[in-house]
Amino acid sequence: MIQLTVNGQPRQFEGDPAMPLLWFLRDELQLTGTKYGCGVALCGACTVHIDGEATRSCATPMSFVAGKRVTTIEGLSAAGDHPLQKAWEAVNVPQCGYCQSGQIMQAAALLRQHPKPTDQAIDEAMQGNICRCGTYQRIRQAIKQAAGVQA
Amino acid sequence: MITILPVSRRDFLQQAFTAGAFVVGARLVPLDAFGGADAVPGPLPAWMPSVYLGIEPDGLVRIVAHRSEMGTGSRTALPMIVADELEADWSRVSIVQALGDAKYGSQNTDGSCSVKDFYDALRTAGATVRTMLEQAAASRWSVPAPECRGQAHAVIHTPSGRKLGYGDLVAAASALPVPAAASLRYKSAAEFKYIGKDIPIVDRHDLVTGKGVFGIDARMPGMVFASIERPPVMGQAVASIDDAAALRVPGVLRVVRLESPKEPYVFQAIGGAAVIATSTWAANRGREALKVTWTGSPHESYDSTAYRASLVATVKAPQKPTRTVGDVDAEFAKGGKVLEATYTTPLIAHAPMEPPAAVAEFKAGKVVAYAATQNPQAVQEAVAGALGITKEDVECHVTLLGGGFGRKSKPDYVVEAALLSRVVGTPVKVTWTREDDIRFDYFHGPSAAHMKAATDASGRPTAWLQRTAFPPIDSLFAPGATYGAGQTGMGFTDIPYVVPNLRVENGPAAAHVRIGWLRSVGHVHHAFAVQSFTDELAAAAGRDRVEFLLDLLGPPRVIDLGKEGVSPAPRGEAGYPFDTGRLRNVIQLVAEKSGWASRRPTKGRALGIAAHYSFYCYVATVVDLEVTPAGEVKIHQVDVALDTGRVINPDRVRAQFEGAAAFGASLTLVSELTTKAGRVEQSNFDGYEVVRMGDAPLSTRVHIVQSDAPPAGVGEPGVPPMAPAICNAIFAATGKRLRDLPIRRVV
Repeated sequence: MIQLTVNGQPRQFEGDPAMPLLWFLRDELQLTGTKYGCGVALCGACTVHIDGEATRSCATPMSFVAGKRVTTIEGLSAAGDHPLQKAWEAVNVPQCGYCQSGQIMQAAALLRQHPKPTDQAIDEAMQGNICRCGTYQRIRQAIKQAAGVQA
Repeated sequence: MITILPVSRRDFLQQAFTAGAFVVGARLVPLDAFGGADAVPGPLPAWMPSVYLGIEPDGLVRIVAHRSEMGTGSRTALPMIVADELEADWSRVSIVQALGDAKYGSQNTDGSCSVKDFYDALRTAGATVRTMLEQAAASRWSVPAPECRGQAHAVIHTPSGRKLGYGDLVAAASALPVPAAASLRYKSAAEFKYIGKDIPIVDRHDLVTGKGVFGIDARMPGMVFASIERPPVMGQAVASIDDAAALRVPGVLRVVRLESPKEPYVFQAIGGAAVIATSTWAANRGREALKVTWTGSPHESYDSTAYRASLVATVKAPQKPTRTVGDVDAEFAKGGKVLEATYTTPLIAHAPMEPPAAVAEFKAGKVVAYAATQNPQAVQEAVAGALGITKEDVECHVTLLGGGFGRKSKPDYVVEAALLSRVVGTPVKVTWTREDDIRFDYFHGPSAAHMKAATDASGRPTAWLQRTAFPPIDSLFAPGATYGAGQTGMGFTDIPYVVPNLRVENGPAAAHVRIGWLRSVGHVHHAFAVQSFTDELAAAAGRDRVEFLLDLLGPPRVIDLGKEGVSPAPRGEAGYPFDTGRLRNVIQLVAEKSGWASRRPTKGRALGIAAHYSFYCYVATVVDLEVTPAGEVKIHQVDVALDTGRVINPDRVRAQFEGAAAFGASLTLVSELTTKAGRVEQSNFDGYEVVRMGDAPLSTRVHIVQSDAPPAGVGEPGVPPMAPAICNAIFAATGKRLRDLPIRRVV
């Protein structure tokens, strides 16, 4: 049995330890804010935090998360008011919105490490997150706004 | 914005407003039905006089979004139109997503026409209900109705200042006859409160908190999960299935053989072997363990390299004319200066971030489905056709769509879920993997275009011949179709230049994969060829590109190909003449905004321009880019000027054009699929690339022309000018003319 913490709550898993965390979150916990996009860590739609680090849950087996703390978009803030979520709303980032959970989780990890990121640092950190609607320029703007750097 | 509405059919008013669109008795369900919760019967709106809106006794206005939300903002823009004319307070409006039902008119969210096609109908709906509320108040106060005005969610008696809230008038208004459309008073544009204002999309908070419910998130009680191994070559079918290993995977319940359809494929499921399991993971693992063999197909020789060569050969030979002006052959025979160029584009896939996904239950002869679909009525028809039931027996709930771009107007994946549910007896969830999505798309076909012009001393064309060839969408509906008049009419037959001798031709091309429409459809490759070639002519003549474009467009006029005798004339609609004056205007505007006149190319950096008319929208785009010594393209700035008539939600229009710049950059720079032995060779975002943050345009400025003209398209028109504007800028920066997409790298 694998024990872990998801959004502050203890959880248990008894199935195939090779199953990616993504499907545990989505199919078993019904935390569907974390999205499937590619299954092989190429698009970032499934990004969550594992012990605070941005991680692609689609390519992370359950065996890896034993004893770890997982945070999903649902647990990023109590009331959907993380500075990035507020900035995302202020800048009207989402179009279809599907990739935005992963974008926000990726950006949150970036800001934790680099509270005042440069454009280059933003581009590098976000390079693994695809948005097919093409909201990139507003994503960058929202990150800078949340970080309080010149937009 | 989550709203509860009745599951049962209720007629609130015995009379329709107008024929067709305004019948009564909306059958609506709560969005809460998604996400596993059982449908909660909610309060019925006391008054639902239109399929598009109703009002509760407490004044809450419920507006029905009957088109799909895939990121364009239509789920906000359409209700804004209703609310404005109704004089509703936006904070007291609740949006309800419609089921698929022909009573709404077309729900096919495609072709950039949601606002264009429903602007008038939705204003009429709002004005009708406001008028009835005004009449109800007038009766209550025993005053003439013209003295009563709906304003900010209440009716006010203008002379006395008396006021009654909309909710207080519901009972009285619901007893009134529906006023004739001709008697309605509409607001003037100056009175608009929402139309033309930036309004946040209604799903915004849900989308930044992970609460938005997409097709892939929808659940039904007792559902099982399916993963389907589909025939890798079009036309193949299952020959044999060895499922012994698959059935040993924990969680796998059974394996179901799906028959392959007969042509035309249209929206049918394409067959294969489906693994049914208790989870997505188990279904996918079981599928990996399947051993399936396939029957033969005539498409097994499809090879993209050879196919591209055949398209080029086709466009270099005379083909079927779609438009003829004067005599190009006689002009070419005069022996003047002639330029020729051939352009090609590859096979590409939509690749929305959410792959196709749906859950469906077949029970007692009826189907209930939850799907990320652009067209719930097509779901009804396709599922009904596959199961031999009537479309009225298919209840299609529309979730949010994680991107669509044309892919999700084809509901083959919903058909799969319904067929499988009939076999297994429980609801079935079908989730396409990314590999499925890329390999089994309804692709945007490859294309070739050949351009030839004779020019006078000023570089102006005296003869212009252009040919296009591409496997047409027609092949999806008419097996073996090789000509595509409809797509040729998209930005090719309707070339707006003043040229004394002009011929447009379309050559045949057979389809070897399913071909469908993708954001901007035929305009994508036609704008690339026409606007690149225009740039080549200007370069050859040493003329300024903006001045040359305006010269070729000539004086402002209306292009009417029907009058010119072109048959069939490209799609046109009453109220939407192709006015070259508006195209000229956006070219001049974008030149001004981009600083065109004062910019000179520097080392590896330059501007490029392209202009194109599509979906009744006039667009001109200037790209400012740099080509690095390593040949990488860095797009520094995109300026887009557009005239799409009246704009409902300017911020979403800007967003669509920002997104179109990225979508256009993808297909110009990196996106390409190849085929060998009939199979698509790429299957995920490693082989099939789209732009990422580091490659995408990060500064797109959108300049919207203020206009009172009827609203036109927004979702697609930003895409076509991108490829030629990028390639024209690369030429200006490096002297290298790129005629084959994608560019990848300038070498």
